[in-house]
Amino acid sequence: MSLAELTVTELIDRLVNGTTTNVEIVKAVLERIREVEGAVNAFITVRPEDELLAEAKAYDDKRQAGEAIGPLQGLPIAIKDSICTKGLLTTAASKMLGEFVPPFDATVIARIRQADGILLGKTNTDEFSMGSTTENSAFGVTRNPRNLDYVPGGSSGGSAAAVAAGEAPIALGADTGGSVRQPAAYCGIVGLKPTYGRISRFGLIAYASSLDQIGVCSRDVADAFLMLSVIAGHDPHDSTSLGTPVPTFPKKADSASLRVGVPDEYFGAGLDDEVRAAIQRTLDLMKGQGHTVVPISLPNSKYSLPTYYIIATAEASSNLARYDGVQYGHRTSQPGGLIDMVTNSRTEAFGDEVKRRIMLGNYVLSGGYHDQYYLKACKVRRLIADDFSRAFEQCDVIVHPIAPSAAFRLGEKTGDPLTMYLTDIYSVTANLAGLPALTLPCGTTKDGLPIGVQVVAATEQEETLCRASLAIEKLLREE
Amino acid sequence: MELTRENVAKIARLSRLSLSDEELDRFTEQLGEILDYVQLLNEVDTSGVEPMAHAGDLTNVFREDEPHPSLPRDQAFANAPKSDGKYFLVPPILETGE
Repeated sequence: MSLAELTVTELIDRLVNGTTTNVEIVKAVLERIREVEGAVNAFITVRPEDELLAEAKAYDDKRQAGEAIGPLQGLPIAIKDSICTKGLLTTAASKMLGEFVPPFDATVIARIRQADGILLGKTNTDEFSMGSTTENSAFGVTRNPRNLDYVPGGSSGGSAAAVAAGEAPIALGADTGGSVRQPAAYCGIVGLKPTYGRISRFGLIAYASSLDQIGVCSRDVADAFLMLSVIAGHDPHDSTSLGTPVPTFPKKADSASLRVGVPDEYFGAGLDDEVRAAIQRTLDLMKGQGHTVVPISLPNSKYSLPTYYIIATAEASSNLARYDGVQYGHRTSQPGGLIDMVTNSRTEAFGDEVKRRIMLGNYVLSGGYHDQYYLKACKVRRLIADDFSRAFEQCDVIVHPIAPSAAFRLGEKTGDPLTMYLTDIYSVTANLAGLPALTLPCGTTKDGLPIGVQVVAATEQEETLCRASLAIEKLLREE
Repeated sequence: MELTRENVAKIARLSRLSLSDEELDRFTEQLGEILDYVQLLNEVDTSGVEPMAHAGDLTNVFREDEPHPSLPRDQAFANAPKSDGKYFLVPPILETGE
């Protein structure tokens, strides 16, 4: 097996026992990028080979000299291009930030550097993370490495595709309504979104601040939590980051039995039969292993999608007001006064989906409509979160599909925004309620496309999420 | 309630976006469909429900009012579309009509 296909844990084992080197790993990853990137287009930026190899060699030399190396052991890590990296182009896949080179590191990047990770490059996304397929990028679409005619999901489609294609052992994404978990599921890998506030958002280019959370795309469950333990924790630069200590995560499945909540509402009409069967089989395996399946109800779930699109667009319209062509970002070359300059800069640089969401957000916040839309959505959000709190009195984790179907064909839904939004129906609740959630592959369709199962835990219960996910992963592997 | 072309034109102006006639037609239709869909929330009884603007409980965070190092000027201007090294430069705010 190529080094480009191993997990982070396996790579670290080989580095520590001396059977491979950082230089070999970086070479294997760059070789894979050369092979597949023309078709997949997972990256917007890959750092220059000489820089990457020099950093890798420095880690090899350190290890040779017996010096201590941090938990990421000099491994290359791909980063969603909505996360600021000092001195490295960060575009959010928008023409607006097409030449933006951040003067600072996001907190997660600073922590990765401190933990001795190598920044490999920046991955493609829907523009400002607004989309579910990575088709809304100013830098071209990303294709699903499992089948190039299909979407990789989105918005962190570049991160998921890079990990699935062997172009990076692990990647950071960001998840506002499913943007890490859904592409991970479409590409057949693991996607983790922790509790809101578990990871600092400082330096994450904001889409919807009360929902945004950085997450991880990885090849297995243990890798996702290894990365989480590096990047999680309170940050004085983000006053919404949690002040509670980051738990220690188990690395291997144990035999403790779990109460697994299964919400009826997530298995209704609109769910693809093959997805339904794969999730059911996963639940049967869990029952066979002595876990208890508890039927639960999340009655307000059917309102989650309209709630999400009102709140997310309202926040986006405020967050994206900062792009005015003054301090950074695209500025028009058309003549005119200040207002013309701002209007023309925004009109030229934003794509259609971004324009739609800014306008929708400004509409639902505008005089006369604020209470009817935004305030109403905030109230329904409370009801959705309360449903989960009640459910977690009866179960340790909740298991349900991440999306109504596996990946679909490129271009299939681009003409119809509402149909596209409906693909997020099972993923947005974890963001609205701020809950930690993870997807892992649990089967494939007859067309060979991966199916993901989602595991959700109560707020701040990432340790339980990790235990349950490891248990499910083990069952599915042994099957 | 029907979303009109005029509503969208007004929202576009407030959003500092300029739309062509074709875009105005298309966005009016698309935004109208989305707004129709979100009417689903009207069937929920939310009387007495406290709005939730944020996941988790937010508490105010204080820190000592002490100076910290800030971004050096050259770095702050490095991404500016137009500056003179001291200020960000923009076109005139008041149109002179010259």
